Amino acid sequence: MKGFWHDAAEFFPILMNGVALTIVVTIGSLLLSTVLGLVWAMMRVSGIKALSMLSASLINVIRGIPIIVLLFYLYFVMPDLGVTLSALQAAILGLGIAYSAYQAENFRAGIEAIDKGQIEAAQSIGMGWWLTMRRVVLPQAVRIVLPPYGNVMIMMLKDSSQASTITVAELALQGKLIASSTFKNTNVFTLVALMYLTMSIPLILLVRHFEKRAGKR
Amino acid sequence: MIELSDVHKSFGKVEVLKGITASVEKGEVVCIIGPSGSGKSTILRCINGLESYDRGEISVEGLKVDRDAPSIVNIRTQVSMVFQRFNLFPHRTALENVVEGPLFVKKEPRAQVLERGRALLAQVGLAEKADAHPPQLSGGQQQRVAIARALAMQPKAILFDEPTSALDPELVGDVLGVMRKLADDGMTMVVVTHEMGFARDVADRVLFIDGGVIVEQGPAKSVLNQPQHARTQDFLRRVLHPL
Repeated sequence: MKGFWHDAAEFFPILMNGVALTIVVTIGSLLLSTVLGLVWAMMRVSGIKALSMLSASLINVIRGIPIIVLLFYLYFVMPDLGVTLSALQAAILGLGIAYSAYQAENFRAGIEAIDKGQIEAAQSIGMGWWLTMRRVVLPQAVRIVLPPYGNVMIMMLKDSSQASTITVAELALQGKLIASSTFKNTNVFTLVALMYLTMSIPLILLVRHFEKRAGKR
Repeated sequence: MIELSDVHKSFGKVEVLKGITASVEKGEVVCIIGPSGSGKSTILRCINGLESYDRGEISVEGLKVDRDAPSIVNIRTQVSMVFQRFNLFPHRTALENVVEGPLFVKKEPRAQVLERGRALLAQVGLAEKADAHPPQLSGGQQQRVAIARALAMQPKAILFDEPTSALDPELVGDVLGVMRKLADDGMTMVVVTHEMGFARDVADRVLFIDGGVIVEQGPAKSVLNQPQHARTQDFLRRVLHPL
């Protein structure tokens, strides 16, 4: 145990560099997946057949490709097509796109859960499609969508470790580098696990808060 | 003011409106009665374009109702609707529900709209409930807020789709009272209802619909008291003397 704390004190600063990148990747891909997911979901419920079908197929393509393959594609294949991305850019883009499919389905479920009478009431006072979405549907859908959205945040935090496969030196990769140069596998990976857990706990509490609030009405 | 001419409408293979021709004059109160599934509500929903119709023509103040044309917004701001299940926005207060349309659709000045919204809530007897959310209100109160919301648009006519059917019996009176006052003030109203007392006392004219056609129409008292058609007689007998 004493050895663990000693190692922890020594490796902590290096691992914190990894934590910084983990947070950047998580927040970056969370924002991107949210925006893209909203766009896909809006296309899905737009009532315009071409848009809805395009979005449905996009979601299926994205869902059908493993995140790691998507990352390899962006980082190793895109340069051949003349688009060179930094490892960090590719990681954020890849995770953002991959998760946008799940976000879209979550948002769509929330939007479709709104009573049809709400939309009719909005139409009956002259609201168009966008105003109905903005003033009536989305504010009510948010309550429904928030708990699963919180779960996606937790999954993204953990899946940001996949960025290590394309050389982003985030927490998991930093841990692996230290472990392979010191052979202190147990202590290093225990520390890494504890650090992920520490970051997850506030998110887990947030989800619980969302769920309580959603249950109120 | 509202004209329907030979309106046909099918849901899939079922034809629910089989050639409806009717008109509603300014200031008139028209009640539509008939058995459920007869197409009463569908007529209302076609007038403000919540439903499309297949054949014939509906116009409001000479403007053709076409739910896919931009002009539908124009029609909806002139013809308000009150729903059976109220359909208030649960995430907004009573006052916010009332001012939503004037503020965000008609883009009227905020202070003026809020003042009018409060006055309308007072008019329906709910001045003190301005800041309550719909789930905190009884059905009757919610429906009165919904009527205030319809009035806030300063419409030329209001469509009522079975406004008291979802209410507990003891709350029906409050809502009908508000509607009667509106009628007395000269509001043009089309009311789909099962409240025969209201139809008899308040309506200028009654349309009896069955099987997607207007079976009988005329002044409220004559249709309800001396129905000419066998189907009207049968319907009224069953509604007025269910036992």
